Amino acid sequence: MLKSLHIDPGKCTGCLQCELACSYENEKVFNPAKSRIKVFNFHDEGRFVPYTCTQCDEAWCMHACPVDAIKLNLANGSKDVHEDICVGCKVCTIACPFGTVNYNADTGKVVKCDLCGGDPKCASACPTDAITYVDAEMTGYDRMRAWAAKTDNNANAQA
Amino acid sequence: MSWSKKLLRVNLTDGTIKEEPTNMEWANEYLGQRGLATRYMVEEMDPKVDALSPENMLIFATGPLTGTNASTGGRYSVITKSPLTGAVACSNSGGFIGAELKFAGWDMIIFEGKAASPVYLSVYNDKAELLPADDLWGKSVWEADELLHKKHADPYLRIAAIGRSAEKGCLYAGIINDLHRAAGRSGVGTVMASKNLKAVVVRGTKGVTGVRDEAAFQNAVAAGKQVLAENAVTGQGLPTYGTQVLMNVINEVGALPTRNMREVQFEGAHNVSGEAMHEPRKTDGKPNLTTNGGCFACTIACGRISTIDPQHFSVKDKPEYQKNSGGLEYEAAWALGPDTGVDDIDALTYVNFLCNEDGMDPISFGSTVAAAMELFEEGVITTEHTGGVELKFGSAEALCWAAEVTAKGEGFGLDLGLGSKRLCEKYGRPELSMTVKGQEFPAYDPRGIQGIGLAYATSNRGACHLRGYTISSEILGIPEKTDPLESAGKAGLVKAFQDATAAVDSAGLCIFTTFAWTLDDIAPQVAAACDGEWTPERMLEVGERIWNMEREFNMRAGITAEQDNLPKRLLKDAAKVGPAAGKVNELDKMLPEYYQLRGWNENGEVTAETRARLKLPA
Repeated sequence: MLKSLHIDPGKCTGCLQCELACSYENEKVFNPAKSRIKVFNFHDEGRFVPYTCTQCDEAWCMHACPVDAIKLNLANGSKDVHEDICVGCKVCTIACPFGTVNYNADTGKVVKCDLCGGDPKCASACPTDAITYVDAEMTGYDRMRAWAAKTDNNANAQA
Repeated sequence: MSWSKKLLRVNLTDGTIKEEPTNMEWANEYLGQRGLATRYMVEEMDPKVDALSPENMLIFATGPLTGTNASTGGRYSVITKSPLTGAVACSNSGGFIGAELKFAGWDMIIFEGKAASPVYLSVYNDKAELLPADDLWGKSVWEADELLHKKHADPYLRIAAIGRSAEKGCLYAGIINDLHRAAGRSGVGTVMASKNLKAVVVRGTKGVTGVRDEAAFQNAVAAGKQVLAENAVTGQGLPTYGTQVLMNVINEVGALPTRNMREVQFEGAHNVSGEAMHEPRKTDGKPNLTTNGGCFACTIACGRISTIDPQHFSVKDKPEYQKNSGGLEYEAAWALGPDTGVDDIDALTYVNFLCNEDGMDPISFGSTVAAAMELFEEGVITTEHTGGVELKFGSAEALCWAAEVTAKGEGFGLDLGLGSKRLCEKYGRPELSMTVKGQEFPAYDPRGIQGIGLAYATSNRGACHLRGYTISSEILGIPEKTDPLESAGKAGLVKAFQDATAAVDSAGLCIFTTFAWTLDDIAPQVAAACDGEWTPERMLEVGERIWNMEREFNMRAGITAEQDNLPKRLLKDAAKVGPAAGKVNELDKMLPEYYQLRGWNENGEVTAETRARLKLPA
């Protein structure tokens, strides 16, 4: 079963536990500036939205890389940056329509979400289940269930 | 360990900024934040200095867990001498700037002196500089925040600033960070204004490393988070209703101070409760509450994000106040609502917005308005003073007007900015001020909850619920239930809460964790992060040391045991209704035992034996 990160912004409180988990797992530092997932605060609207790589099948970044440094991880479907190959040209950061590949000036390489090798720490750190790691073919089921619950079983009978 | 081990010392008089090592010996004895910064102040400053003089110090301090992924590990405190009380001021805030300061590589910022003209401090990792703020002076916190973000072209900049109330001398002005989190109490913003310091802006990209035992730390942090998630208060009550979960609860037990604490129950409590914040409005169908927001690393997320009814008179033609911002917390809702007799939740939310925008402490502001309303009712303050406004209990219009003029420091707003004690003295009725050591009461009536009366009377920063929240035990039964109407046994309870709280405040954590956590949950997190053995017993000892150090600062500043007191209204006028009917606060029964348990003499002075036992600074 292929799993993917599923984000429900309505549950996010903006606490940044996901960013801390990400930077700690990948860089051994508590540092939102080094996180591959970012939470955006739309203050005036009262909305918090976590955002990160969705691991596109036909990944723009992967196709754009001139040295084939971004490779499909067959185990979990993530597109991983191979630091030993990456030359830091940043073409992938231009190619990605969503902005989720970014350059790390300290290493001279690009960084992006790799699903922590199949155990994404942002999801396990999220206190409200705004970020979950679920069956990629069922990410819409919770929302379907919520709408289904609002469906009136007797609507036709009464018509 | 999770310290940066260095701090910034900023001399505003001569414009110099120096880096110096954090005194780790003191961190060993005082943990951090509240304890550590107060230790610096005790060492370097005469407690008798005028709080608004250049000689007063102003310290922004983090704790050892600030900036880590420990739940709520994003706190910082502002430590100074209070212009409101003349006592030590220590105001704790969440939001994000505390962690950002640590990420920039600094444990604390110590401000000394006074700038010749308005300035702000900019910190980008190692680079710290004082920059002119003439264009920011006279602007609200929200305006200054927007201007600074634009000027630095950096949406991730974290900003703490003072508002116009502080500039105009309001004695209970706080420092607002991240638009609506506040180092709120005791006038720490007034001190900042007296130094011509408008704002502190921070961007840190270094992060926090060096936790002593990484595996043990992650285990302790994960265990702590689980306890918070499974607890009914921190896992459900606070996320759903915020601290406003208390409004109906406290009203029912007959301890909701009403109309300047004349009464103990409010007929309109439900209308301004946490439950009411969820109810859809008639006009646009939206509830007051949009969502709950968390401070940095907080897995509770009690913060309220709210809107005001766009049709409400307070904001009808003001689109800038029709957006989302920080909503009502319980203490603010109480001071602005029951204490003034106003039960209009939109008016309260509007005034709360103004308190955030211009930095008034809503507890002190609301309580001062309540005192002014009683003075108006008594005919001492008249429409001549108010410029025609009928300052009556229950008037939402009057409350909104009062907030507007206090925020800008205009007309009668300057009188309201004096705080309840000085206002009542000015108008010749000092007995109507509901304060201890010059600071206004929070939202629990000591007639219906006996222990909190002792906590108010002995708090080192004047009347305050956060210096020993015995409500946990007396009302919520945490960690065990005690009878709120019984004064026996409360001296020990108050001491235990005060000492534990001082330790939690010094760790970089939020006190709200203690609805679920004890020091048994916290000590392992501190122990894994810091050098040395940190047991619950040691944390309690450090808390007691901090409490006594603060007490000695106050005594040296000229405060005496006579000020360990409550207003006569709470000691003589019995509650008339509810479970506490017939009760006054029995402070006289609790205070001597409290002194004894503290190891103080009958004059409330720390004895030589206690000084030696706790190794207090000379």
